[in-house]
Amino acid sequence: MLIHIGCWVCVVQIHFVILINRQGKVRLTKWYSPYTQKERTKVIRELSGLVLNRGPKLCNFVDWRGLKAVYRRYASLYFCMCIDQDDNELEVLEIIHHYVEVLDRYFGSVCELDLIFNFHKAYYILDEILIAGELQESSKKTVARLIAAQDSLVEAAKEQESSISNIIAQATK
Amino acid sequence: MALSGMRGLSMFISDIRNCQNKEQERLRVDKELGNIRGKFKNEKGLSPYEKKKYVWKMLYVYMLGYDVDFGHMEAVSLISAPKYPEKQVGYIATSCLLNENHDFLRLAINAVRNDIIGRNETFQCLALTLVGNIGGREFAESLAPDVQRLLMSSGCRPLVRKKAALCLLRLYRKNPDVVNIDGWPDRMAQLLDERDLGVLTSAMSLLVALVSNNHDAYWSCVPKCVKILERLARNQDVPQDYTYYGIPSPWLQVKAMRALQYFPTIEDPSSRRSLFEVLQRILMGTDVVKNVNKNNASHAVLFEALALVMHLDAEKEMMSQCVALLGKFIAVREPNIRYLGLENMTRMLMVTDVHDIIKRHQAQIITSLKDPDISIRRRALDLLYGMCDVSNAKDIVEELLQYLSTAEFAMREELSLKAAILAEKFAPDLSWYVDVILQLIDKAGDFVSDDIWFRVVQFVTNNEDLQPYAALKAREYLEKPAIHETMVKVSAYILGEFGHLLARRPGCSPRELFSIIHEKLPAVSTSTIPILLSSYAKILMHMQPLDSELQRQISAVFRKYESCIDAEIQQRAVEYLALTVKGPALADILAEMPKFPERQSALIKKAEDAEIDTAEQSAIKLRAAQQGSNALVVADPLPANGTPPVGSLGLVKVPSMNTNTNYEATQKALPQPNGALSEMDSQQAIPSPDLLGDLLGPLAIEGPPGDAAQSEPGSASGAEATSNVVDALALAPVEEQPNSVQPIGSIAERFQNLCIKDSGVLYEDPYIQIGIKAEWRAHHGRMVLFLGNKNTAPLDSVRALILPPANLKMELSLVPETIPPRAQVQCPLEVVNLCPSRDVAVLDFSYKFAASMVNIKLRLPAVLNKFLQPLSLSAEEFFPSWRSLSGPPLKLQEVVRGVRPMPLIEMANLFNTYHLIVCPGLDPNPNNLVACTTFYSESTRAMLCLIRVETDPADRTQLRMTIASGDPTLTFELKEFIKEQLVAIPANPRAPPPSQAPAPPPAQAPTQVAALTDPGAILAGLL
Repeated sequence: MLIHIGCWVCVVQIHFVILINRQGKVRLTKWYSPYTQKERTKVIRELSGLVLNRGPKLCNFVDWRGLKAVYRRYASLYFCMCIDQDDNELEVLEIIHHYVEVLDRYFGSVCELDLIFNFHKAYYILDEILIAGELQESSKKTVARLIAAQDSLVEAAKEQESSISNIIAQATK
Repeated sequence: MALSGMRGLSMFISDIRNCQNKEQERLRVDKELGNIRGKFKNEKGLSPYEKKKYVWKMLYVYMLGYDVDFGHMEAVSLISAPKYPEKQVGYIATSCLLNENHDFLRLAINAVRNDIIGRNETFQCLALTLVGNIGGREFAESLAPDVQRLLMSSGCRPLVRKKAALCLLRLYRKNPDVVNIDGWPDRMAQLLDERDLGVLTSAMSLLVALVSNNHDAYWSCVPKCVKILERLARNQDVPQDYTYYGIPSPWLQVKAMRALQYFPTIEDPSSRRSLFEVLQRILMGTDVVKNVNKNNASHAVLFEALALVMHLDAEKEMMSQCVALLGKFIAVREPNIRYLGLENMTRMLMVTDVHDIIKRHQAQIITSLKDPDISIRRRALDLLYGMCDVSNAKDIVEELLQYLSTAEFAMREELSLKAAILAEKFAPDLSWYVDVILQLIDKAGDFVSDDIWFRVVQFVTNNEDLQPYAALKAREYLEKPAIHETMVKVSAYILGEFGHLLARRPGCSPRELFSIIHEKLPAVSTSTIPILLSSYAKILMHMQPLDSELQRQISAVFRKYESCIDAEIQQRAVEYLALTVKGPALADILAEMPKFPERQSALIKKAEDAEIDTAEQSAIKLRAAQQGSNALVVADPLPANGTPPVGSLGLVKVPSMNTNTNYEATQKALPQPNGALSEMDSQQAIPSPDLLGDLLGPLAIEGPPGDAAQSEPGSASGAEATSNVVDALALAPVEEQPNSVQPIGSIAERFQNLCIKDSGVLYEDPYIQIGIKAEWRAHHGRMVLFLGNKNTAPLDSVRALILPPANLKMELSLVPETIPPRAQVQCPLEVVNLCPSRDVAVLDFSYKFAASMVNIKLRLPAVLNKFLQPLSLSAEEFFPSWRSLSGPPLKLQEVVRGVRPMPLIEMANLFNTYHLIVCPGLDPNPNNLVACTTFYSESTRAMLCLIRVETDPADRTQLRMTIASGDPTLTFELKEFIKEQLVAIPANPRAPPPSQAPAPPPAQAPTQVAALTDPGAILAGLL
């Protein structure tokens, strides 16, 4: 049934992930297919125009330049992932929700502000969920555990550093 | 959760948020960037913490849309930091800021590799993630073995292995050779035994990528995929973490089903049975529930199951169950399900003969055309377009017309194009077709391209019965107060040509026709005026008896435009004026248009162009590019006065043809896009003494009117002709270079494969992939060539020539000269089978990448069996025919030796795949096979073919076969065809004919050298 004569060697599942708010402000972008800086800007502009203008109660898919944008709105934020025409739209829609649930668990009822001030965390978490545009881990528990481990590594390094600087400070007194 | 703990970063973000406007934001950002730049320059004083902080700020600024190129180096350099926090920032920032084509990325390869082969698990994860997300070819070449080792290592924890699986997938996409190692498929199968569902999900994605390119090596994975599906469907041994809203890993289920869709079929009976059980369970057991997420997840699985059922071409019963489900879906409230129901119905149309069942849902689908959601309306339009045939064309097209008045602009062009195509393809009668097109122009003139009205004129000209009707209609429309300019054009044209057929009717005297057309003249643009002038001249010519008052009026109009600034208008005015004084000679010169040669609709091609729309290039641009490539062919207006014997007449005939030559220019139907040059030259060289012949000469290859007008001095076209010659010469030496590009996979195997299947990859090398999708109906076929540029640089000088054998008529639509980066273009190829033959058409394809020219010759799978349609006969039908076809040359018998030994059942399967349908029970001897089929060609029409094969159970290498049909050539060709299949396929594919691509030189070095020394190539790589 599938006619996969793709432009690429083989199909990429998710070409990119974009997170924008109602005003079109970008909160996160992640590109799995190579787009140049110029193209990225253009893509964001076009897609935000397309997605933000859609009313409520419509379906979560929009055709866009021969690809398909799967998006979902959470409060003021739109999560949007772009896939090939014959990919499974609902599957990707639930990857979005899976990501949001993981964010929610990490931040404790996540809101846009969390993602603004901790945008780097949003990137870490996304990297635990998607690699190469494919789903990497579907267990929320596992993702949470890995992120916590990363956090503690960073904390440990910080403590170590401050203790070293204390020692230096002591020594140079 | 507390804020990040980086105060400076939080402060900066707050500052940005407090900016009142864009200008303030820019100032704040500039200040910060200046600060960061300064810090980076003076690196000594920077603590790791500060460095990290600045890179984060930079990433934030980048997200706001500002340029931070200066900091790429810093981000990359953090990758080699010794400590985790900095390293992590380095990796994340690099993978966000750069893409695989950035130069800086090369600098990081070593550091990344050190992390991958090092002992630190967390570093390994970071490195694998980066490579998985932005790794390019160079990464693939240097890192693949290390990544494979991690994936297969039992000492690695799942968190590393799942990343390694996806990382390898990325590398495979960049260079398929990374899995070209002994025993890889076995290892892949072994990976599917993995217990950890995280690793298994990633491994399954990897498998999907591998089999999508080449499934053959991975048959051993099929039973494992089925097992996994069974395990999930029964919810056996699935940890709670991996159940999503009560559904055992929906993603893994979807992926496993997708992987199976790349295998042509599933033969192993027990796997097949288990799989169908699972599918049945999914089809039956999925209900619509309240919870959105659960609903989505279960339907994601359901739709994938539907796709798999369609692919496996299950029993009729299961298929109709699928259609019933889809029929339910397109009527539900949930918009996602409605959308997917329509989409999947459209896909289903392509697979099997479910047309009739789908037609039952026509009313519901038409309702969806009025859905509030444009995404759904688009799918409904696609589906209506796909399901339209003669029986429902009237209803569907009329719905489309009605919808046109209310449709939004974004859809009107597509809508009108589709309506026009359907009207043309399935018109029950031609007057209806004319009605539809005129209505289209009336309702959506702005969206009706010239092709559409050219086409209607062509039809009317070619069908005498239609002419009075069309003229009457045109007359009616002209009476409307405000009509679209396109309507003015088409009405004026039709009335000019055929207005005289209405002479007896009230209001249709030449004088009245003239005045009603002339009323429109003040409001039209310069492109329409020439058409009106031609109409006047034609009215004048048809005028019986001569109305001197009208003649005076028309001459006055011509005189008025004699000094018009527009060259086209002026020339016509001057010439027509001169003609008006010629009297009866006028009729000779302005004779009625001859019939147009039958050719394929330009509209249909245009529709396909519209579908091309790729990430980089809009359809419109692409179309422009196609016209660009067209220019070489059509921009050569024959210098009318360059042909010696025509004298003064030469001046007038070109313009009189001009309106008509438009179609030819836009037809784009030249069979050999760029190769038509030589033909033109030869036509140019023949001075035709016959006026009509001379008129037709330019018609076939005429340029746009503008060019023709300039052809008067003959110099413009002369210059063009020379430039053409130069072009042709410039191409020649390059073409002679041997190909420096290695094809991926076996060309012969791909061809063989496509002889049985209707879609797949015909050819592939590192730069381009040529795919084919074909549809066959009786003796007509339509293949679509998918030319996909795999690179981030455009492919230039793309040229495709079809070298058809005598038995096939083939017309390839224009192939654009340039394929944009990573874009795919579709080029439809129309095939008509004229007579039975086993000769194969060849595609002569070339392109230029970087500095090297690549030329390949590929056989096209428009082979004999494509024109066979399965047919099953009963004994009562079979024997009378068998007896009536007696003896040579209609019935031929031959003993074939050297047959590849195979069980009878396998032979029967082989026959069936070639549409030679085995009819069991007809022959009492169980060692014999009887098969029948229908062959379609233009000369034979539908022709029944009967086949009997007698095998010898003692010696499987020989058999006797008897072939009968009503046509001696067909009998012979079919006999030879079957023989070829029995003797050679598939163990030993036929050796390619001499015209086949020469064996490519072993090394790829030339390309690489060229790429390194040619600055253009280097640039192309980086952009």
